[in-house]
This record gives sequence, structure tokens and C-alpha cells, in this order.
Amino acid sequence: MTAALEVRKLGVEFNGHKALDDVSVSVARGESFGLVGESGSGKSTLLRAVAGLAPVSAGTISIDGRELRRGKRNRAFYREVQMVFQDPYGSLHPRQTIDRALLEPLAIHGFDNTENRIVRALEEVGLGKGFRFRYPHQLSGGQRQRVAIARALVVEPSIVLLDEPTSALDASVQAEILNLLEQTRKDRKLTFVMVSHDLAVVSHMCERLAIMQGGHVVETLPASALADHKFEAAYTKKLFEASEGFQRKVHTEAPA
Amino acid sequence: MKPLLDIEDLRVTFPGRSGSIQAVRGVSLKLGRERLGIVGESGSGKSQTGRAIMGLTPPQATVTAKKMMFNDIDLLTASARQRRSLRGRQMAMILQDPKYSLNPVMTIGRQIIETLQTHESVSRAEARDRALAMLEAVQIREPKRVFDLHPHEVSGGMGQRAMIAMMLVAGPELLIADEPTSALDVTVQLEVLGILDRLVADRGMGLLFISHDLRLVSTFCDRVIVMYAGRIVEELASADLANAQHPYTQGLLNSLPRIGHDRHPLPVLDRKPEWAL
Amino acid sequence: MSDISSQAPLSWREWLMTERPGSRTQARLGRTYTTWLRFCENKLALIGLAILILLLLTAAFADVLAPYSPYIGNLKDDRLLAPSALHWFGTDDQGRDILSRVIYGSRLTLFVVILVAIIAAPVGLLIGTVSGYAGGWIDAVLMRITDIFLAFPKLVLALAFVAALGPGIENAVLAIAITSWPPYARIARAETLTFRNADYIAAVQLMGASPMRIVLRHIMPLCMPSLIVRVTLDMAGIILTAAGLGFLGLGAQPPLPEWGAMIASGRRFILDQWWVAAAPGAAILVVSLGFNLLGDGLRDALDPKEEGR
Ligand SMILES: Nc1ncnc2c1ncn2[C@@H]1O[C@H](COP(=O)(O)OP(=O)(O)OP(=O)(O)O)[C@@H](O)[C@H]1O
Ligand SMILES: Nc1ncnc2c1ncn2[C@@H]1O[C@H](COP(=O)(O)OP(=O)(O)OP(=O)(O)O)[C@@H](O)[C@H]1O
Ligand SMILES: [Mg+2]
Ligand SMILES: [Mg+2]
Repeated sequence: MTAALEVRKLGVEFNGHKALDDVSVSVARGESFGLVGESGSGKSTLLRAVAGLAPVSAGTISIDGRELRRGKRNRAFYREVQMVFQDPYGSLHPRQTIDRALLEPLAIHGFDNTENRIVRALEEVGLGKGFRFRYPHQLSGGQRQRVAIARALVVEPSIVLLDEPTSALDASVQAEILNLLEQTRKDRKLTFVMVSHDLAVVSHMCERLAIMQGGHVVETLPASALADHKFEAAYTKKLFEASEGFQRKVHTEAPA
Repeated sequence: MKPLLDIEDLRVTFPGRSGSIQAVRGVSLKLGRERLGIVGESGSGKSQTGRAIMGLTPPQATVTAKKMMFNDIDLLTASARQRRSLRGRQMAMILQDPKYSLNPVMTIGRQIIETLQTHESVSRAEARDRALAMLEAVQIREPKRVFDLHPHEVSGGMGQRAMIAMMLVAGPELLIADEPTSALDVTVQLEVLGILDRLVADRGMGLLFISHDLRLVSTFCDRVIVMYAGRIVEELASADLANAQHPYTQGLLNSLPRIGHDRHPLPVLDRKPEWAL
Repeated sequence: MSDISSQAPLSWREWLMTERPGSRTQARLGRTYTTWLRFCENKLALIGLAILILLLLTAAFADVLAPYSPYIGNLKDDRLLAPSALHWFGTDDQGRDILSRVIYGSRLTLFVVILVAIIAAPVGLLIGTVSGYAGGWIDAVLMRITDIFLAFPKLVLALAFVAALGPGIENAVLAIAITSWPPYARIARAETLTFRNADYIAAVQLMGASPMRIVLRHIMPLCMPSLIVRVTLDMAGIILTAAGLGFLGLGAQPPLPEWGAMIASGRRFILDQWWVAAAPGAAILVVSLGFNLLGDGLRDALDPKEEGR
């Protein structure tokens, strides 16, 4: 079976700095794949490279076995692959209403019946009609992230790239968004590639995950390996320990 | 011991289209040279509390309080000039949205130097050295490279650490950290917390740590305040967080995914209107 | 908040202000209405609007309003008369009534200002946003062209163009427009640079939008506010440049009652017969002030963030 997304020996360079070096990842159709790793290790860059937003210097990216030409993406690609950005505060145009934000992709791809589609997309992410004509600054972080998800889903993609969809949200809203994402994935049989720095979130959402550090993939694991402590790389170990919480190393003085 | 910060009945009110909106409704807290965590849901007034202390409330809003003391300075009667000189040098705030708070057309290094130079008269070379040292201290791997990058050229976590470096470079006595580590991976998160921890332990800085990460707050802070709809609903020692009484806090703890626990879908909060009373 | 559940039909105001509009048109009308309300809160902006409406009315009804002919004066008896009940603003060296000339001059002023604004501002906006968004060699080429225009003083460059095109008010307008777009391009480019890397622009790229669509529909609206303010601030300068050209005999030709040209010709008697230059000068002052106030108010009113929640 051909993989939905196959990245082979990918390299990305910014002014001589290697943000990604020899990265290979393969995601099967319908799978949910996690990317965890150090800050600055190139997780967002990997997603952006797939989306055609980062300069690829080596390697190949294929969708459903079809190799993408470097730097070139056609409209069909953008119907197939969509992305939700890391920062819900920065990913919505400050002067466009939610309605505009959802209408734009429909208009670009020439969808019919836009009215119904927008209403349906908003309902799907749990935002009522009252939100349709608001501006982003009138929404909370969680609501904005819902809009961003609705915008990504409205063109009916089959692969969704999620860049830390919940890192800016509080625990209760995070649970709502994660449930929403899982439900839509089930309903629409989507393929997810999800970046997160929270091992618990990734192990909850994903079937497999890759651990990244300094532009490399250090380990690829099934999610169940985390619960069973079956991992090798030293960095994975460190991550796992760190996700237990803060541990004070030296007590210089007793708390007053 | 005399607290560093002493606030009683703080209220922040925004004018709205249909009547005024109280974002903060009577918050009282005392902060010594310790780590105090504030958790609570989005829009519960955490940031507005921090901003009111700093004097960074949006101009259309009004701030009232029975008491608002920082050391021996009464923040309620302090002049705008006095407060400006306090900011940065004695109290600093790491703002929530690093990418929004950084100037998009100025390099990271320049911005840190500017901050330093507004508070101290240092030579360019020294300022540069101190800025680089600060970037290194917040665990940025290649401080020299990052120094010359613009905010859009750094990763989410690097921008956040640059912001932290900028705020710490002048060495404040009180630090309000508004979600300072939400975009950092766990290992770096712990290192940054380690820096803050040392500042509290060694230099006696007071830290107000705003976060939505319960796991982090419960392990890092001494005390935790839980806010809901502009009010403090519960105050606990961090170690007792698991025994929280308020249903909101309990629900919050319950909605966290855990490694090795298969709960699909995750339990979500059922918000009761009476919580907001 | 309006009470939607009540049975009584909504008043038009409630319909406009509702928090949950039913259609795009209703939302747009509602937004326009709140923008208007916000604009009205700013008293200075209303004064600006009033001044400009007055200017428009004056221009439209100049024939009715002006007591005398703006072109033909009484050279024998009426030269350089001080303001009086007969000639409110006095008369000039040709014996023409200055009030009538100022009134007729409003037409020329409007003509100049509006033409320059609708030629120069969009050109500058387009060049600046394209340059800032595209980057690379397109940016380099466009910005060097802009630099060339900026390197010469505006008036000198305008002079060169009028000399080439031939004197006359239309050519003066064209020359001023050609020379006044570069600052707009610069502003638009600087603004574009601050948000071209924003995630919301990346999000539109990800929808498969073409670069032109991104520039026209997503970047330009963000540059508009600062540009509007800048254009309105430049209005006085435009009127004066037109006057400068008129003074050199390259703009409005003599009998035309162009305000700048009137000041220029009044300069000779400024010490003894101050009113000749004062009336058109005051007119320019008031009109520029009007544009400034309006521009400021528009910028605030057009920003959706200002909307109270
Ligand atoms: N436009 C750019 N120009 C220069 N360098 C860049 C650019 N974008 C990313 N980088 C660099 O690439 C590296 C990886 O960045 P990336 O955003 O992929 O990290 P990340 O893994 O997503 O981290 P985080 O978890 O903090 O978001 C960083 O060192 C960053 O400085
Ligand atoms: N400029 C403003 N005008 C009107 N209301 C505002 C403004 N800024 C904030 N608010 C309101 O104040 C309340 C508290 O906001 P605040 O930013 O303090 O929330 P928070 O607890 O920090 O949430 P988050 O976790 O999302 O950062 C919110 O309900 C918000 O709607
Ligand atoms: Mg990232
Ligand atoms: Mg906040």
C-alpha cells in the first residue's frame, strides 16, 4: 500500500543553517502520526516543507505515491493537504470576519453551495451561527483555533497537518479540541500529522510518533511503546522524564 | 515578613456595547519572595490581573482596588512616570504572545539591547555581550545566530525564550510570567523553569506564574490560585492540588490526557452557571 | 443586547445591531452602521466631514453663491480694495472680487486633490505591496525606481514633467500624481514587510490563492489605514505644489481662480494688501484641516478592533 505522505531524506536550509537534515517519515492513509521534539528541532519546518512554505534543499516529498515537484504546488494539492497553525492568535486575518475566512478557500477552489458549507463547517467545530460575522479579536483562543480547524476542513482535504493545535489553550479547551479532532478524523477518515510538545497529547491522539532533535528524527515509535517504556534514544528518555513535571534539583534554602 | 506585592479587591472593568464587562472581579493576593501560580480557563482574567499590576491595562479599561502595594510604593497613587521607571527595572512581565509582542522588523538581539539600554547606561559592546549571555542562559543553542534573526525566523519556542531573555536582562524584583513556556518542549520548559527557580531562590525574586499547564504549576509553584470568570475560586498549596475541592479545578485535572490511560473521548468540563456568580 | 426571543418585530436599529446577523448583507450593514456610530463619537472627525461637505456644496453651487464674476473685474475703480460690505474679502490687483474667486477656486482645488489622490495613492499602494510581498529582484527593481523619484525634490520633478507635457491644470495634476506616489509606496512596503510572514498570510497561500489575490485581497486592506491618513495629511502639500506650478506659469493658467495661484499673485502685495493672499490661504488651511480630521477619524473608525465588545 502506498503511503498517504512519504518524506524521504528531506533537507531544509535557511541561510546555511540546516533546519532539517536527512529526515524520512512515512504516514499511512488514515493514520494519525505524531511529531514530538525539542523546540527548534524542525517540527514546524517539516510541516511547512510539506505544505510548500519552506525551502527544500534535498530529498523528496510524495503524496499518495506521487512525488511533488520542489517548490511547486498546484491547486489540487491544496485541496488534498491543509494545515492548522501553531499560534491561533496569528493565523487569522485581523481584518476579516470568520465568514470571509471560510469563504475564501471555497471561492479559490470554486466550490458551489458556499452558504451551506460555511454553516455546516461552523457547526461541525461547535461554533454557532452567532460567531459567523465576528472578527478574530472577538473570539477566545480556543474559538479561534476552532475557526482555523474549520477553515482547514472546509475544502475537504484528506491530509491535515496540525502544528501544536492546543499548545496555546487551557486544559479544558484542549480536551474539547482534541475530542473534536478525533471525531472529525473518524467521520471523514482523515490522515493526521500532528506536532506537539506534550507527550501525553501525542500518545492520546496518535498511533505512531517520531521524536525529533536538532533537525533529525532520532526515533520512530508506536504510541503504545510510551506507556510500556519501550524506547531507546537517550533524548526520548529525557523527554519522558521531563513530562512528569518539574523536579527541583538543589534546595538552596528551605521555603520560608 | 512583609510581602513584595499586596493586592486587595482588584477590579478591571471594560466598557462594552451593552454595559460594562468586569474582566477581574475582586482579586486579592499577597506575594512574597516565592512562586505563586495562577491557573484558570481562557478569559478568566489571569492576564488582565497581571497587566493591572504592571500598569499595562488597555486605556479604555478602569482599574480599581482597595489596596495595591509593591514594596512600599502605592501603585494606586503612583504617577505614570513613576510606574514607567518601575517597569522593566523592578517589575517585569513576560507577555503571553511572544510573536505579537516582539517587533517584527527588528532583530532579536537589537530588541534585547534596546531593553537593556533603556534601563542602564552600558556600552554597545557590553550590552551585546550581556544580551548574548542572556540568550544562552535561556538555553538557546546558537545564541550568535539567533541574535541576528528576525522574530519570524525563529521557532515558536525560541521567540518565547527571546522574550524571557528580554525581560530578565534588567534583573527585576518581581516577575509576572504570562504563559512563559506554553510553546516550549518539555525539556526546555524545565530548563527555563530552572532559571526562574534559581532567580527566586538565590536573588529573592517574587514570581507570579500564569499558566494553564496544571502539571507544571503543581510541580513548580509553592502555591496555586485557581481563577474562574474573574474571581479566585480556590487557593491551594501546590502539593494539595490533587485534592482540590472546587468542581472546576477537579474537572480541569480530569480533562488532561495521560500516557498509558486510554480515555476516548476525553472528559470535558460541564461549566455550571453558578460557578460564575 | 437585543432581545431576540420577544415577539414584537425588531426595530431597524435592533436589526442592524444584532449580535447574530442572519445574512452577509445584514452583517455588512450592521458593521457599516457601527462604523458610522464610532465615527460619530469623534467630534473632530465630524467637523472634518462638515468642512468637506461644505467644500463640495460650494463647488457644486459656485454659480449661485458667487456674487461677482471670478474672471472679469473692474480695473478702473476696484483694484486692491480692502474687505468691505460690497466685497467681503476685498478685491485683487485685477479688480476681481476675491470671495467669488475663492468660491470658484474650490472646484479646481477639488479637481486637483481628488485626481491626485485617486491616481497616486492606488499606484503607490500597488507598487509598495507588490514589492514588499514579492521580495527578491522585483522588490529591488521597484524600490530603485521609487528611490529615483524620491531623489529629486517633488516640485523640480513635477516641473520637468509639466515642461515635457505642456502647461495646463490637467498636466499639472498628472505631474503631481506622478511625483507623489513614491512615499505611499514606501509606507505600503514597510507595512507589508511587517505582516508578509504572518501565519494568516501563510494560511491563504495554503488555500492555493495566487500571489495577486493575496496582495489585492489580503495585504492591501491592511495597508489602507496608514495610507488614508498619509494621503489626507498630504492634501495641503498637493494644493501648494499645484500652486507652485501655477506660480511658475506651468499649472493653472492666469485667469483661472486656483487658490495657490491666487496666493502666488498676492505675494507681491502681502505687506500692504494682505487680504489678497489671506483669503485663499485661509481656504487652503481650512480644507487641509478638514481632510486631516476626516482622515484621522476614518482610520480609527475603520479598524474593527476599536469596536467595543
Ligand atoms: N524563515 C526562517 N529563516 C531562518 N531560519 C528559520 C526560519 N524558519 C525556521 N528557521 C529555523 O529553523 C529551525 C527549526 O524551526 P521550527 O520552527 O521548525 O522549530 P520547531 O521544531 O517547530 O520548534 P517549536 O517547538 O519551538 O515551535 C530553528 O532553528 C529556526 O531558527
Ligand atoms: N481590550 C479588551 N476589551 C474588552 N474586553 C477585554 C479586552 N481584553 C480582555 N478583555 C476581556 O477580559 C477578560 C479576561 O481576559 P484575560 O486576557 O485576562 O484572560 P486570560 O485569563 O489571560 O485568558 P487566556 O488564558 O486565554 O490568556 C476576557 O473575558 C476578555 O474578553
Ligand atoms: Mg513550531
Ligand atoms: Mg492570558
